[in-house]
Amino acid sequence: MKRDPIPSALDWAIVDDRERGVFRVNRRVFTDDAVFERERRQIFERCWLYAAHESELAANSSFISRVVGGLPLILNRDRGGGLHVFFNSCPHRGAMVCREPQGRARNFTCPYHGWVFSDEGRAIHRPLPESYSPACTQDESLNLRPVPRFEVFAGFIFVNYATDGPSLPDYLADAGDYLRMIAEQDEDGMVIVGGAQSYSARANWKLLQENSADGYHAETTHSTYFEYIRNREGTVRNNFGKGFGRVRNLGNGHAVSESVNGTPWGRPLARPMESFAQDIKDAMEAARLQLVARLGEERGNFICHSDRNLLIFPNLVVNDIMGLTVRTYCPVSPGYFEVNAWALAPKNEAPLLRELRLKNYLEFLGPAGFATPDDQEMLELCQRAYATARFVEWNDLSRGMLTEDAPAPAKQDELQMRTFWRRWKELMSADEKVAA
Amino acid sequence: MSAGTAARLRPEAEIASGSTHVASRAEVEDFLYHEAALLDAWKVAEWAALFTDDGEYMIPPTDDPHADPKKTLFLVYDDRHRLAERGKRLMNKAAHAEFPHSRTVHQYANVRVSEGEGGETLARCAFSVVRSKGPITETYPGHMLFRLVRIDGALRIRLKRAELALEVLRPHGKVSIIL
Repeated sequence: MKRDPIPSALDWAIVDDRERGVFRVNRRVFTDDAVFERERRQIFERCWLYAAHESELAANSSFISRVVGGLPLILNRDRGGGLHVFFNSCPHRGAMVCREPQGRARNFTCPYHGWVFSDEGRAIHRPLPESYSPACTQDESLNLRPVPRFEVFAGFIFVNYATDGPSLPDYLADAGDYLRMIAEQDEDGMVIVGGAQSYSARANWKLLQENSADGYHAETTHSTYFEYIRNREGTVRNNFGKGFGRVRNLGNGHAVSESVNGTPWGRPLARPMESFAQDIKDAMEAARLQLVARLGEERGNFICHSDRNLLIFPNLVVNDIMGLTVRTYCPVSPGYFEVNAWALAPKNEAPLLRELRLKNYLEFLGPAGFATPDDQEMLELCQRAYATARFVEWNDLSRGMLTEDAPAPAKQDELQMRTFWRRWKELMSADEKVAA
Repeated sequence: MSAGTAARLRPEAEIASGSTHVASRAEVEDFLYHEAALLDAWKVAEWAALFTDDGEYMIPPTDDPHADPKKTLFLVYDDRHRLAERGKRLMNKAAHAEFPHSRTVHQYANVRVSEGEGGETLARCAFSVVRSKGPITETYPGHMLFRLVRIDGALRIRLKRAELALEVLRPHGKVSIIL
């Protein structure tokens, strides 16, 4: 078998010179087919990947079919409430068994030859069964194949395609507390609001991970968003041109960019803008007081007044900003990736706050928001211009590098990206698991 | 819509006297073609001026085209202020996804007109918007719902709701134009 042509150390890919404060990423990592193939094995088949939120599978017999890390899956609850995650492929001849994005089902029937699987994945019926040998009818491998591992943390369901490796809580490291900080915004938990945003970009997937918590680009890429806020409110707080907030390395490639009352937008829980109607302001204050009563002054107010862009390696973003978005993405090829994004909300949120939340989300976020399309444009401009990568070889991610160990590297620094790339290099350089 | 229904909505006497607010299909079509031409010409301020003071522009999510924007995450849910701001933003060079401006063709077909509540005219039609920018040309198909009212004799838009007939926004990736 042909060996992977990428040197295991990947030293050609990244310059990480802490002494001089220089961090460079070779643009070939965004365009190279061999890098892409290696990412599939070393990253997407080894890391914990966000698959769904528990609220999407609240009812017994509910199911979702969804592509996670490039692989089609069925996630379902059986009639007794047990959670399952299967590869969405018939063990007989491979057809995708489940073709609806979500619904209720007590069993799954493959459309090709009519094999029927129970909600626990067992093959319970095969047409014309008499011709099968006992070796086949008793063969467990002819059941729906469960994914090697899945775990739930604070309502977030993750899958892992490797049988070994750290547990989900260990993998999440210090990012776990930030997911808890999302989950505890309602005493009964959070819910994915209906209305998925399923889009794509003609760019490398890693560019979106870089972009999703990049404080440095806001003032230029999103100047028209700030103008909208100014036109609506009469004034705009724009700190993005100066250092504010902080970035934290959360371990294992995860990072957060956060600030308290530093951003120019309203937060549905709970930071009203001047232009919000009085009944909304009152409802927000009531929600804040409720949160503070439950979580305490410090944590409750921190959730209400601060913004967080949370990056969970490799491909999950949970941004708690003018809306609360859960965004995951996966490459289809080096130059094209797919995005699935949702709005998350407190389960018991008052209807007028829910409407405000959804409206507020769209002033910036999503494929028709006032900001996301411009982000997409930037990623695609990068990808198109990487055609020059043999001549213009390096991306620079050195901002704030000499002060990255200080207590609070600013949001505009690029520590969050360096954190991603260091982990990326580590995993990409690790010896490949030998296939059994 | 049957000819009989049209006659019921638009008795000749009322057309003559102007006492009805419900528009004929021909009038609605003329209005929609005008609206489409404004968008193709990037006359977005004039486009926004077609809306009533309480006018709304919205695009439901691709996975739930009949959803309620108060309960479901849409792609666009603009009140009158924001839809005007949407247009204004697109005329700024810093609206990067639309700089330089893409070329578009907004088309309406299968127009059906009926009477809505309070003298509104409901217009439902199929739409197809073709957008071309640089090397990429893409089509946004769907069904449009307009709630139209007559103010000082002229039709105005109280609601423009563009229900995309796309399962996902791929490979489009975004809706950076006004549909």
